[in-house]
Amino acid sequence: MPELPIGDAVEKFTQFLQDHLGEAFDVFANVLMQLVDVVYTVLVAPHPLLLIAVLAVLAWLAGRRVTLVVFTVLAFLLVASMQLWVQTMQTLAVVLVAAVIAVAVGVPLGVWAARSSRVSMVIRPVLDFMQTLPVFVYLIPAVFLFGIGVVPGVVATTAFAVPPAVRLTQLGIRQVDAEVVEAAVAFGSRPWQVLREVQLPLALPSIMAGINQVIMMALSMVVIAGMVGAQGLGSVVVQSVTQLDIGKGFEGGLAVVILAIYLDRLTSAAGSRDLTRRRARRRAAEPDAPAQRDRMHEEVTVPLA
Amino acid sequence: MIEARGLTKVYGMPRDGAVSALRGAGERRRNAVREAGGFLAVDDVGFSVSAGEIFVIMGLSGSGKSTVLRMLNRLVEPTMGSLLVDGADLAALPQDELRQLRNRKINMVFQHFALLPHRRVRENAAYGLKVRQAPAKQRMERADWALRRVGLEQWADSYPHELSGGMKQRVGLARALATDAEILLMDEPFSALDPLIRRDMQELLLQLQSEDRRTIVFVTHDLNEAMRIGERIMVMRDGRVAQCATANEIISAPADDYVTEFVADVDRSRVLTAGNVLRPPLVTARCGESPVEVLKRLENVEMNGIFVLDETGRVVGVATDKALAGALRDGGTTVESCLGGDYHAVPADAPIVEFCDLAGRHTVPIAVVDADRRLLGVAPRAAILAALAVPKKVRHA
Repeated sequence: MPELPIGDAVEKFTQFLQDHLGEAFDVFANVLMQLVDVVYTVLVAPHPLLLIAVLAVLAWLAGRRVTLVVFTVLAFLLVASMQLWVQTMQTLAVVLVAAVIAVAVGVPLGVWAARSSRVSMVIRPVLDFMQTLPVFVYLIPAVFLFGIGVVPGVVATTAFAVPPAVRLTQLGIRQVDAEVVEAAVAFGSRPWQVLREVQLPLALPSIMAGINQVIMMALSMVVIAGMVGAQGLGSVVVQSVTQLDIGKGFEGGLAVVILAIYLDRLTSAAGSRDLTRRRARRRAAEPDAPAQRDRMHEEVTVPLA
Repeated sequence: MIEARGLTKVYGMPRDGAVSALRGAGERRRNAVREAGGFLAVDDVGFSVSAGEIFVIMGLSGSGKSTVLRMLNRLVEPTMGSLLVDGADLAALPQDELRQLRNRKINMVFQHFALLPHRRVRENAAYGLKVRQAPAKQRMERADWALRRVGLEQWADSYPHELSGGMKQRVGLARALATDAEILLMDEPFSALDPLIRRDMQELLLQLQSEDRRTIVFVTHDLNEAMRIGERIMVMRDGRVAQCATANEIISAPADDYVTEFVADVDRSRVLTAGNVLRPPLVTARCGESPVEVLKRLENVEMNGIFVLDETGRVVGVATDKALAGALRDGGTTVESCLGGDYHAVPADAPIVEFCDLAGRHTVPIAVVDADRRLLGVAPRAAILAALAVPKKVRHA
């Protein structure tokens, strides 16, 4: 068997990037760092109790369910009392930034892939590659290009979180009833009008599921990012692993789980909110809708027949 | 209004390849395309639709009828053929003008309604106006107007999923009415509805059509529906036109075995008219003739009654042999003295269903008359029964 120097090639390519685009990467790293800093500052600026209240309000707005609100308050109080508040907020900041970037990249890519089967064909193996490549492997070039710290963590997290956004956006748009899209075209809509008024709104539940997945992926990656010096729950866990500190490790893990459950319930509730709220409002407005429909039907049909 | 010539659509291969496969293949076009890796969905279809007409395209699934319909607004790009709408060549339109045309001139109604589920009924009805960026107020007024016409004004603030199928399609109709397009393409619009609602919707369509005559191209696989609403019907089979004629012509003179079989289970009595079973009367009598002559004429054809006409050919009554014999005995000199009213007269365009139960009730056959009651001919019972019977073989008219 001839030896294929793929590893060498990747190494050389990374070196090449650093040699020739090093400054660009530095600028990028700076911007990213600022971004995470801003989000983090906003999160830790208010007293933890105040932020817990805000999180609870968000939970209420998303799902209108008391259980989620109660969970939010109790769970984050627990986090604060474990003395992990700062680390949790650091992690949340990284997750939020990475998720926003992943959605900003993934959703347009998904739309593009849904509209062109050629693009979809090219993107698919790339997504497979991104999703199945062991997560640690992302970290090596990220550290190489962006140095130690929070930035490689954000980059690796983003790269890991993009695929579900692309996939679920693409799926959602492809699942939109072809006849409805055809109707929009038949009434003279431009392609972007079809996208904005028909395809995106109808694909929204799927896109929201994608965003939910993005956040979950980001959260699972963020712990690993602790290995490259990103502050937060990741580093708590990594430290306790190296010190064989069972208690501290468990606390860090528990905080991650709390964050994960909160973000998952929040985004999945927001995804299905539209429909339920609309239905509830309608039911309140016309309690005897079915009866009215029957009457209506008679009114319409009898004079014609 | 619409002039289609040689419309052809090949799926599954690039247009150039399809054109070269079709060229010179003659009758082997279908096979030639298949060998080249494509599928000939529509093969050399030509027809014209005049303004204000309801033109029905009919065929089983896979006959290419929906493809033909979608070529009329270029939702499907024709592989070959020309298409004139109001004298303008549709194929030559740039995308921008094509969108204008779809928005203002040619609208469409879909089989599964194709409403936007996240928009209210009113917003759905206003969709075409929204696309052309009409001001919101005008949009809503126009949508309400259209919803009133289809009887849904009370449902303007509902969402489509609250409506029954028939009501959804009314919204689909309102959406097309609101844009004031002259041409309406309807793709099996009532196929997804249950039979009673379907009938209501057909009535609604005919009523709307009588109020403002649009040009409608209507696709259906239901022959009774086609016969009911279509002025002319194009029957398609395997992408080709099997016959294009009025409902009456298709039933009374089907072009081939396929059409014959197709129309076999149609309610013929509703489509065929008195004109289809019209025969010249064997004998008639004139006012002023003597009973003797008339009675002799009746005996020659072995009949029991005779239509008596005035000098312009109008039916004045029926003279039965009994009455004639009585007049003879009493010394009557003209047939007028023995006229009776024992007959039934129908116009030539009356469907057979309206009078077939009366056939054979009288001594004379049913009279077919024009607007001035002039006798055009008679509809004998045998002719009616023959017309209603399903032909086993093609009858060449």
